[in-house]
Amino acid sequence: MSRFAPIQHPQPQNNAVISDTYSLGFSDPTDSYALHSKKGLDVAMIERISAEKDEPAWMLATRLEAYKTFLAKPHHVWLPGTHVLNFEDISYYLKPVNTRPQSWDDVPAYIKNTFDRIGVPQAERDHLAGLTAQYESEKIYGSIKKIWADKGVIFLSMDEGLKQYPDLVQEYFGKVIPTGDNKFSALNTACWSGGSFVYVPKGVHIDLPLQTYFRINAQNAGQFERTLIIADEGSQVTYAEGCSSPSYSTASLHAAVVEIFVKKGARVQYITVQNWYKDVYNLVTKRAWVEEEGHMEWLDCNLGSKLTVKYPSFILAGKGARGETMSIAVASGDQHQDTGSKAIHLAPYTSSTIISKSICKGGGRTTYRGMVNIGPNAHGSKNKVVCDALIFDPESRSDTYPTERVFTNDVSLEHEATVSRIGEDQLFYLISRGLTEEEAGKMIVRGFAEPLVKKLPMEFAVEMNRLIDLEMEGSVG
Amino acid sequence: MLKIHNVQVSVEGKHILNGVDIEIKPGEIHAIMGPNGSGKSTLAYTLAGHPKYHVDGGEIGLDGINILDQSPDLRARSGLFLAFQYPVEIAGVSVQNFLRVAYEAKFGKLKSIIEFRKHLQELAEELHVKKELVERSLNDGFSGGEKKRVEILQMAALQPKYAVLDETDSGLDVDAIKTIAEGVRAIVKKHKTGVIVITHYQRILKYLKPDKVHVMVKGKIIKSGGKSFAQELEKSGYAAYV
Ligand SMILES: Nc1ncnc2c1ncn2[C@@H]1O[C@H](COP(=O)(O)OP(=O)(O)O)[C@@H](O)[C@H]1O
Ligand SMILES: [Mg+2]
Repeated sequence: MSRFAPIQHPQPQNNAVISDTYSLGFSDPTDSYALHSKKGLDVAMIERISAEKDEPAWMLATRLEAYKTFLAKPHHVWLPGTHVLNFEDISYYLKPVNTRPQSWDDVPAYIKNTFDRIGVPQAERDHLAGLTAQYESEKIYGSIKKIWADKGVIFLSMDEGLKQYPDLVQEYFGKVIPTGDNKFSALNTACWSGGSFVYVPKGVHIDLPLQTYFRINAQNAGQFERTLIIADEGSQVTYAEGCSSPSYSTASLHAAVVEIFVKKGARVQYITVQNWYKDVYNLVTKRAWVEEEGHMEWLDCNLGSKLTVKYPSFILAGKGARGETMSIAVASGDQHQDTGSKAIHLAPYTSSTIISKSICKGGGRTTYRGMVNIGPNAHGSKNKVVCDALIFDPESRSDTYPTERVFTNDVSLEHEATVSRIGEDQLFYLISRGLTEEEAGKMIVRGFAEPLVKKLPMEFAVEMNRLIDLEMEGSVG
Repeated sequence: MLKIHNVQVSVEGKHILNGVDIEIKPGEIHAIMGPNGSGKSTLAYTLAGHPKYHVDGGEIGLDGINILDQSPDLRARSGLFLAFQYPVEIAGVSVQNFLRVAYEAKFGKLKSIIEFRKHLQELAEELHVKKELVERSLNDGFSGGEKKRVEILQMAALQPKYAVLDETDSGLDVDAIKTIAEGVRAIVKKHKTGVIVITHYQRILKYLKPDKVHVMVKGKIIKSGGKSFAQELEKSGYAAYV
């Protein structure tokens, strides 16, 4: 019951916690797929994926090694939730069409229609420097505006990147996230497909974002995209990813690996608006290698999925390198957002900031897990961690697990953590001015998210506010 | 007319108000004085509809409609306003955006947001509210005096039919009290608002010139009077009646 309903007339209890507001939960038929792998993963399946992509031998060898590592690796003991995943019940490779469409017009009508409903092609025309749309395991469409292509910017799917720039890929692939980093990075390395390959030449500043949109369509689908971004010296790029999936009741698995190289004086901003349906296990490893005076910024928004495990990280390897993570997680009902960040300082005068905001309600759970590691050569370095959790009701839960390892003197570390129950006083104040309880809740949550949302490009900010509003609808109280 | 009739209220099972009667006509200013803990804020929260304050008996009528069944947001939209004794801070929500949403909740969609913002700036100026405060997060890091002034700014913007100001004068210096009293009088004149001013201090009476003063002790109005009673209290306080 609404806490602010008139006391004399209690209203019937509304037990629905997961709001019925997910607008992207539709699905397309899968019977026309060029390849819909049987469920489960084995050596033959991996060889098949590699053959489909006509890969160099070293990549197949890397995949097969990774598969062994995946089988051998245990689940993280500290992480509840992933062990219930049935790896036999996932389809690992789904190829919707045989030959990749050359233009938007060649895309099959049903897929085009899906991306139209999501609003992806319009986005490209209006405010992006380039766009890739991935449907299941494969890129279905991609383009980069001519002015950037002419300056030597490369924006391809990872498969195309491997084909066209095999040496470049081999030099960087798996170098900041080794295969065995964790069970899911090993799984991704074994069966990866799609993802983005980005190269920004020295000194090129791309003023609009490059975006990739990921769509899962089939039931029990696995999506294992692999992204590699190389920002050469003095370059600047913003890369954004969005995603969605149909509303099924069985588990889908999204296990991505994202590796980023920020060269001397370069700057990379990586934006994620994660809006999977609430049946998706989203287990993602993201890490950046940052050289002298380089700047890596993760803006990570997690609203969807059943379980998200993701700690975007940076290794500050060069003097004066900077890393920032600003994240927001919203969990309701059965959702668990286990997010955070890792800052590894290897060089002197490096600085990092981690700001983590989370909102949980209706039984949702958020966890901050963070690590700050300041190595013996990182004198004069600075780190600041701020965790703010907003808890709506006693059924919801928020935990903070910070770890600090410092191997040198002369560093500055700050840690602040605040946990607030959403203030009844705040709600009442707004309601007493004429806002309904739902409007008041939205307003407080928007205000809470504002420091992050205002850093997003306008279109993403609008989208985030819309998603936050949807999350709050019919669920306060 | 705002008609408070024989209102009895308990909080967490404890009786606080034991039958309070007050009637306020449009454009009237009433003051309620009384010692700490006598139930003044309880009356204010009860009018606004705070769920913690349980009405055990009596009636509250706003222009003939019983509002006790109404949720607090509906009461606000019907024309009630409470200036809080302790305004809360809300990060990331600017005063002007919040007031726009509240205004639209009450009066419907604005024709022009720009006009509304201009109008707010004018009101802010009249109430000596620093211009930049209107763009900042609601009460976030405001001084005590700034918070109180912004409460009155909200009242001016939302044009209530009836308003309760809960110790808006506490913690303010004489100049600030004067500004606020003038601001309130201007709102009363312009919108015919009926106002209940809850106060500890007789000094605000001098600037507000209330039509009536009530002394509340232990959850009851023990004495009420008109202008001459107000003048008496302004000189010598309510201590003699407690
Ligand atoms: N929210 C509350 N919870 C518990 N007790 C309350 C609450 N509000 C008021 N009271 C009690 O009611 C009595 C009257 O308080 P209040 O109305 O705040 O008085 P005043 O505003 O005149 O100082 C006091 O005994 C106070 O402790
Ligand atoms: Mg009080």
